[in-house]
Amino acid sequence: MTQTTITPDGRQIGDVLMDLRNITLRFGGVTAIKDISFDIREGEIRAIIGPNGAGKSSMLNVISGFYVPQEGEIWFKGYRRGPMKPYEVARLGIARTFQNIALFDGMSVLDNIMTGRLNMMKAPIWSQALWWGRAEREEVENREQVEKIIDFLEIQNIRKTPVGRLPYGLKKRVELARALAAEPKILLLDEPMAGMNVEEKEDMCRFILDVNDEFGTTIALIEHDMGVVMDLSDRVVVMDYGRKIGDGTPDEVRNNPEVISAYLGVAHE
Amino acid sequence: MQNAEAAQAGLQSIPALLARNAERFGDRPAYREKEFGIWQSWTWAEAATEIRDLALGFLVLGLNRGDHVAIIGRNRPAHYWAMVAAQMCGAVPVPLYQDAVAEEMAYVLDHCGARFVVCGDQEQVDKVLEVGDRAPSVQHLVYTDKRGMRKYDHARMNALADVQAEGRAAQQRLGHELDERIAELGYDDTCVMLYTSGTTGKPKGVVLSNRNIIETGKNTASFDQLTAREEVLAYLPMAWVGDFIFSVGQAYWAGFTVNCPEGAHTMMTDLREIGPTYFFAPPRVFEGQLTSVMIRMEDASRIKRRLFKHYMEIARRIGPALLDGKPVGALDRLRYMLGNLLVYGPLKNTLGYSRIRVGYTAGEAIGPEIFDFYRSLGINLKQLYGQTEASVFITQQPDGQVRSDTVGVPSPGVELKIAENGEVFYRSPGTFVEYYNNPDSTASTKDAEGWVATGDAGFFEEESGHLRIIDRAKDVGRMADGRMFAPKYVENKLKFYPNILEAVVFGAGRDMCTAFVNIDLTAVGNWAERNNIAYASYQELAGHPQVYATIKEHVEAVNESVAQDPMLSGCQISRFLVLHKELDPDDGEMTRTRKVRRNIIAEKYADLIEALYDGRDTVSTRTEVTYEDGRKGEIRATLKIEDARTFPTRTMQKVAAE
Repeated sequence: MTQTTITPDGRQIGDVLMDLRNITLRFGGVTAIKDISFDIREGEIRAIIGPNGAGKSSMLNVISGFYVPQEGEIWFKGYRRGPMKPYEVARLGIARTFQNIALFDGMSVLDNIMTGRLNMMKAPIWSQALWWGRAEREEVENREQVEKIIDFLEIQNIRKTPVGRLPYGLKKRVELARALAAEPKILLLDEPMAGMNVEEKEDMCRFILDVNDEFGTTIALIEHDMGVVMDLSDRVVVMDYGRKIGDGTPDEVRNNPEVISAYLGVAHE
Repeated sequence: MQNAEAAQAGLQSIPALLARNAERFGDRPAYREKEFGIWQSWTWAEAATEIRDLALGFLVLGLNRGDHVAIIGRNRPAHYWAMVAAQMCGAVPVPLYQDAVAEEMAYVLDHCGARFVVCGDQEQVDKVLEVGDRAPSVQHLVYTDKRGMRKYDHARMNALADVQAEGRAAQQRLGHELDERIAELGYDDTCVMLYTSGTTGKPKGVVLSNRNIIETGKNTASFDQLTAREEVLAYLPMAWVGDFIFSVGQAYWAGFTVNCPEGAHTMMTDLREIGPTYFFAPPRVFEGQLTSVMIRMEDASRIKRRLFKHYMEIARRIGPALLDGKPVGALDRLRYMLGNLLVYGPLKNTLGYSRIRVGYTAGEAIGPEIFDFYRSLGINLKQLYGQTEASVFITQQPDGQVRSDTVGVPSPGVELKIAENGEVFYRSPGTFVEYYNNPDSTASTKDAEGWVATGDAGFFEEESGHLRIIDRAKDVGRMADGRMFAPKYVENKLKFYPNILEAVVFGAGRDMCTAFVNIDLTAVGNWAERNNIAYASYQELAGHPQVYATIKEHVEAVNESVAQDPMLSGCQISRFLVLHKELDPDDGEMTRTRKVRRNIIAEKYADLIEALYDGRDTVSTRTEVTYEDGRKGEIRATLKIEDARTFPTRTMQKVAAE
């Protein structure tokens, strides 16, 4: 069954790409996620929001395969997914950025982004060490892809700069670039706007929209800034204390009484 | 006259020069552009093919003779091609400033009646779409960068590469038509139309003919012996006449290579990679580089600092003389060579100036220290004086006669005269045809014999024959007591201090002079960092007491130097304030080429000027600002007004002759 929706701005949103069914995740006695189900459709921007400690990051880690839930099933591209190693996740086409930037500070922007293409390099290690034959060819091909991303994210001027010297907003952009370098099917963004000023936020918003539009990448993101979330996303999941309390378009979610009470508190009777 | 014969032989348009270059320099690079981290290059033969394809594509889209084609984007080969392709079709290219806001764009698009608009990217397309009905003539958009453009309605839109592909396909059908149109182009047909930013009023469309551009290109290329081997970096706005002369006029005449940087923010890296042999930059670029060199030297180790200081001393003494070919002792030559090995060479390499044969600066006065710094390194930096209406060149400095306070001798083919009131007039083969659709302005600027008023006041130096410019003729006035008032003269002296970015001096018809000062955030910010002075905003830093004290020192030093000149000693600044915001083209306070718009500033900050004259110590004000995206906001501030010491005129007090 194929269902395709066209959004008002002309993007195509396709089939369910990832389906999470009745996920429960526990750490010892603490239940971080309680029986949550939702799906992510191809080509959409899906946001997960909620107050602090709601279990958003845990959810993202479940999606990325870093945490294995005790209960529930994850279906990806129509197959049920079992526990996986990180490289297997990457090969499936899932890439992510981190809440607290995880780049190699001493390496240049270019090299950092190149690491995102590690999975595309198949040449044996001796060939890479000698920079010969297949290794050289692969490096050139990969560099070409990386340069396209550098151009796309407008970071040409810092190509050779060590990441450690960059301001925070740019580091975030470099991290996005590295995730994109893996040519992911799903891109997971853990608070992409955290700690940014208004201008950096606007830039980042534009880049996220452009990535989605240009490469058709499906994006799942966690974000605190409600304004950003409501503007960006096609659909929003709202979590509170590990439960799902809302799911739908930004407008539906905004008017959901349970969501309002979770965010603003309830009046005492 | 070989050149004159050549011109007779049919080299009467840019497309004709292109054909010649494709034949003569076929496998030499014509254009380079850094894209995806690599310099891509096109030979003259390849460029000729690309341009022809694009011209054919324009014909497919229905471009008519005499149409105007607006081009809005950063310096890219494709945009230069679009200009030449438009010329091939008998149309007139009109490059616009890419940072212009939609309103400015609406006026120009409507005024020239552009039917086709070539946009660099999505941002420019959005602006043109926003203009919409205000420029009803616009029928078709062509964009260069496809990014983000997929979901636009393409009924009236194409990607430039697709237009070229359509053109290629139509070669058989329309090739003949195109050849006919190229053959029709005459020496007095319009080559390009450029809008002057204008310090007053609406922009005017300056029509320049093939004769203007080609004659100017030819004359000035021979003045500096430019050859097909020159490398230039095209980074200044395409809408500015200088870029058109350097990157099209001279480049097509001499057949040299035009290099386009990856983007504005990579310009410095790209400059270093290309190492141009022929280079133009406004003084602020040189200032900025010198400031960054000095800041970095302060952070260097002590040995490096001493080495730098020692050898720069030697360079200052010997460098200019060496460059001018004056006799220099053997020992000094040896010292300079050593310095070149240790300091100047590496420094020039870092700046990207290792290969410069000829460098020009113009547009504003350049500080003598800055000018001498570059010359002492062995960089042949010279000054020229020009304007859009003259196809740039009015005067320029010949090799060996370079000084920071003159603008040189008349360029080849240019005649100069100075009117009673000191205003400079010129007549040259580069003199513009007319202002588009504006006969009144044309008549008031250019007389029947072809003399054009520059609007600048100046005089010839008796011994050298060089021209010196004092100020805009209309800005030169009298103070209440009849003393001469030339604001620019004082402002330039102030701006030579790295801490001062801009200054605006008032005093016409008043009994004393006062000034607004804009601090340079880079220089002052760095100073603040070094001295542990915390600040949260530009406004706070500008109002800091220590900043005021520094600026006061500068103002008084300038007063002292102004007092040396009996004619202008009345222009000493008695009171000043440091502005709470940077003067900005977006707020209309400056032109796009960053020239101060005096009237607008005087009007907008009338309350501040009043306070300068009524003796108050502080003044509260609110100012409207426009953000880059066009939204408006408001800044409130309380500014301090400071008194500055003035000096008695040094020479014997002569009463102004009345």
